[in-house]
Amino acid sequence: MKVRLEKDQIQVLLDEYFEVEFSFRNTEDLSLALAQLKSDEQAFVLDWVRRIASTHIEIAYRFTSQASRALHVMDESMIEAWVLQAMDVYDRIGLHAALKVISGIDRFVRQGRERASGALFEEQVGVLMPFVQGLSGRKLKLQQGDDLFTDTETIYLPSVMAHLPDKRDNFLLYKVAVAYHWAQVRFGTFHQSLLHYLTHHKTPDLALGTFHALETERLNACLGRELPGLYREMSVLTDKLTGRSVPDGWLEQVAELRKQDASVMDCIKMTESILGQPLPATTCFQGQLNPALAFEVMQQRIEREKIALRVALKAVADELKDKSKLEREEPGRFQIRSKDATSQLEDMSIELLINGKSIPMPDDVRGTLTSIMQDLGDVPPEYLVPAGPGEYDFETGQGRLLNPEDVWGGAYHEEGAFFYNEWDYRRKHYRKKWCVMREMSVKPVHDGFAERVTVKYRRLLSHLRKTFEAMRDEDRLLKRQVYGDGVDIDAFVETWADVHTGLEMSERLFTRMHREERNIAVMFMVDMSGSTQGWVNEAEREALVLLAESLEALGDQYAIYGFTGMTRKRCEVFPVKQFDQPYDEAVKARISGIQAGDYTRMGAAIRHLSFRLNGVEARTKLLITLSDGKPDDYQDDYRSEYGIEDTRQSLFEARRSGIHPFCITIDEAGHDYLPHMYGGANYTVISEVEKLPLKVSDIYKKITT
Amino acid sequence: MQARILKPEAYFIENEPYYQPVGDEISVFEAAYRNQLPVLLKGPTGCGKTRFTEHMAWRLKRPLITVSCHDDLTASDLVGRFLVKGGETIWVDGPLAAAVRVGGICYLDEVVEARKDTTVVIHPLADDRRVLPMEKVGELLEATPDFCLAISFNPGYQSVLKDLKQSTRQRFVALEFDYPEPALEQKIIENEASVDAEMAARLVKFAHMTRNLKGSGLDEGASTRLLVHAAKLITSGVDPVVACRSSIAQALTDDVDMLVAVNELSASLF
Repeated sequence: MKVRLEKDQIQVLLDEYFEVEFSFRNTEDLSLALAQLKSDEQAFVLDWVRRIASTHIEIAYRFTSQASRALHVMDESMIEAWVLQAMDVYDRIGLHAALKVISGIDRFVRQGRERASGALFEEQVGVLMPFVQGLSGRKLKLQQGDDLFTDTETIYLPSVMAHLPDKRDNFLLYKVAVAYHWAQVRFGTFHQSLLHYLTHHKTPDLALGTFHALETERLNACLGRELPGLYREMSVLTDKLTGRSVPDGWLEQVAELRKQDASVMDCIKMTESILGQPLPATTCFQGQLNPALAFEVMQQRIEREKIALRVALKAVADELKDKSKLEREEPGRFQIRSKDATSQLEDMSIELLINGKSIPMPDDVRGTLTSIMQDLGDVPPEYLVPAGPGEYDFETGQGRLLNPEDVWGGAYHEEGAFFYNEWDYRRKHYRKKWCVMREMSVKPVHDGFAERVTVKYRRLLSHLRKTFEAMRDEDRLLKRQVYGDGVDIDAFVETWADVHTGLEMSERLFTRMHREERNIAVMFMVDMSGSTQGWVNEAEREALVLLAESLEALGDQYAIYGFTGMTRKRCEVFPVKQFDQPYDEAVKARISGIQAGDYTRMGAAIRHLSFRLNGVEARTKLLITLSDGKPDDYQDDYRSEYGIEDTRQSLFEARRSGIHPFCITIDEAGHDYLPHMYGGANYTVISEVEKLPLKVSDIYKKITT
Repeated sequence: MQARILKPEAYFIENEPYYQPVGDEISVFEAAYRNQLPVLLKGPTGCGKTRFTEHMAWRLKRPLITVSCHDDLTASDLVGRFLVKGGETIWVDGPLAAAVRVGGICYLDEVVEARKDTTVVIHPLADDRRVLPMEKVGELLEATPDFCLAISFNPGYQSVLKDLKQSTRQRFVALEFDYPEPALEQKIIENEASVDAEMAARLVKFAHMTRNLKGSGLDEGASTRLLVHAAKLITSGVDPVVACRSSIAQALTDDVDMLVAVNELSASLF
């Protein structure tokens, strides 16, 4: 049982947290209020005050003044969520927005209730995405948006569905909404004539509303045929929501649209005839129709896919040409044909023909063809002409990527960057998407550095090669096995003697070849901070050359990345050798081109390289850091405990994902902080820099055998 | 009822295994067999490669010896080895040698899974020499005209390390298998599991949904075999959604979100 604190004791603590000496805040009333609380409530609030104050004193101050009320309306876990949201908002937007979260306690409680029973987009998207991709036709994307609609490529969904009290029902609402909008794309709601009809209409809004109601009837009927299970769920949900109120005579009116052969044209025709009549109430999963946007996206896509198809067909044609070279036969024209004459085009089973002969269709061609047929209803013949040499530049279809090198030259952008959380030990929580990580390229230096190193260390190198070759996986003959390919004569002779002297016969009489596989992927993470300038850098580069030469003999997968940066907005890693690259001249030149940079924000680098390392398949994954000192960065106190704790946390994350981290450092003070970060046995301190090249390969051998 | 005990080389298939030809694979196989050419069956899992081999064994009235290859399968597992019995070593034929001796069909299922030395053992059998060298006993076993070698592999999912070598694949007559056309697949399911046409059509549609997901979360879509399993459960009175969940969704993936998504797809269909 904790002791309940008196007002004066609390005031002392608060004065310290709020730095009253400098900020001159009045803690008198706050302490009095907190003194009324129960002892464990006091401890809870004070703990959080301390943690928040490490981020910003003003937020902590406002939190303290709200604390009694918060305890009244929320439980502790919800208060935590509330406070963390405020701090995230502070990290992302700033103080003003964060204070708004703190003062908007009632709004948070209400949202909390909604979120408790509602379905959240971010939680459900993992399910909804494969769901919509599994449905036939063009593969649609899902995205969070303010309204519910589709632009024929992406379905935009609201962040929360909370129309119904039950969580499962709210999820179903999402599902039905996704399926309904998929149906719009799949069954051709966005037909050219719709745009034509609407732009020439006197009252386009009225026409759109009426059309939407009618089209919903048609799509519902399509869904009923295509996905009867979903249709049932949809009806149940509609009943639960409001019950469907239909104007008199509506059902008879739209009976025509519910037939299988009804098309969007029938809908448009009927829209005109019933314009102005009362419509049935809309349900929440119907969303909005946004034809203007849809047609814009469609127009762009049609252009893009024409290019993509023709380029893909060119690849197919080239492949055929290669094969028919001997026969001196030019590949002819492409055609497509619906595969099954009896099935309608709806099934989209199509066949690619060349000279009347069917050929296997690559997946990308099939996807593009399906998408084109969905837009145009058919594939026009000019689409089936393979692209000429150099006719299309693919970039026209994709938009140029911004160059990461330009980030600091002109307008700052975060496109193509990776975002990583960072651990704030004082807050005992992550700062979300705090670090902006980019992969930059190393400028290769062709100065024969690698050759010089191999000459300088030739004796060591031949020794290393020998030892590493001995570590390679090889077949080993296992003797005295219970089963195997051959008879172990030694064992057999012994057993023969045993049997004759009346002893029990051993059953281990066979030999078997056993293959010992080394299945290791290793990532070398090289410190490129400013402090490595000079001979440390030189030693690191020499070590890398020797290591690469040894690893080539061994055959382990390996990658080398340098890392440096300045502030959280500029964390950079430099791929020197990626896993799938061979050790060639380019890699050697890049090793030579490793230069000292700025600071070492290790946490972000470890997180990013763990991500890269987890992208390869291997039984054992190693992340080896070559470093010369503590983690350090400009700002954020990264040099102090903050950096060490963040690095430690990032290593925990790496271990959780199955990576073994190891650190080789030349910092003699390494013993002070490395055990805390890497664990007692997972680091080595090399006291003399010049020994680094000699030792690294040795250490590698030790930790992998 | 007692399970029958058979020597592998005496395993004749007596009843016609149901097989629905997709193209001209039966006539090609027969022609290859008559010309003593080995056959390579390519295709995704569960599309009917093994069933086709059984059907051909029945058609040609030869015993069928199937070896499911795994990454510890060595050459001597196929050819044979010495065993010690009562103080003497005796030679025991492996399945491949047994098939050559009796003139059966030897079917090496998923041959790329086996160790590399095994694929080399079949080389002399797979070209015009048609002999099986048995190094350990110092003999050559010459195949009779009845013997046939068939291997299968799935070009889809194996890693680059497990590709079939050119020197191996260029010895075979290759037959490509894929999932059958919807109409045909529906017929197969109706036949195998005696479900009505409506249900079979829905199952096929469901299979196509999962095949759409290949590459975006699933490694493979639902195979015809899985559809037959689901259909059989449905025939025995299991609710279609439950049948799809237990026989298809759970077989395809362990990923929780993916499982839910696949289940939602089946719940939408039935």
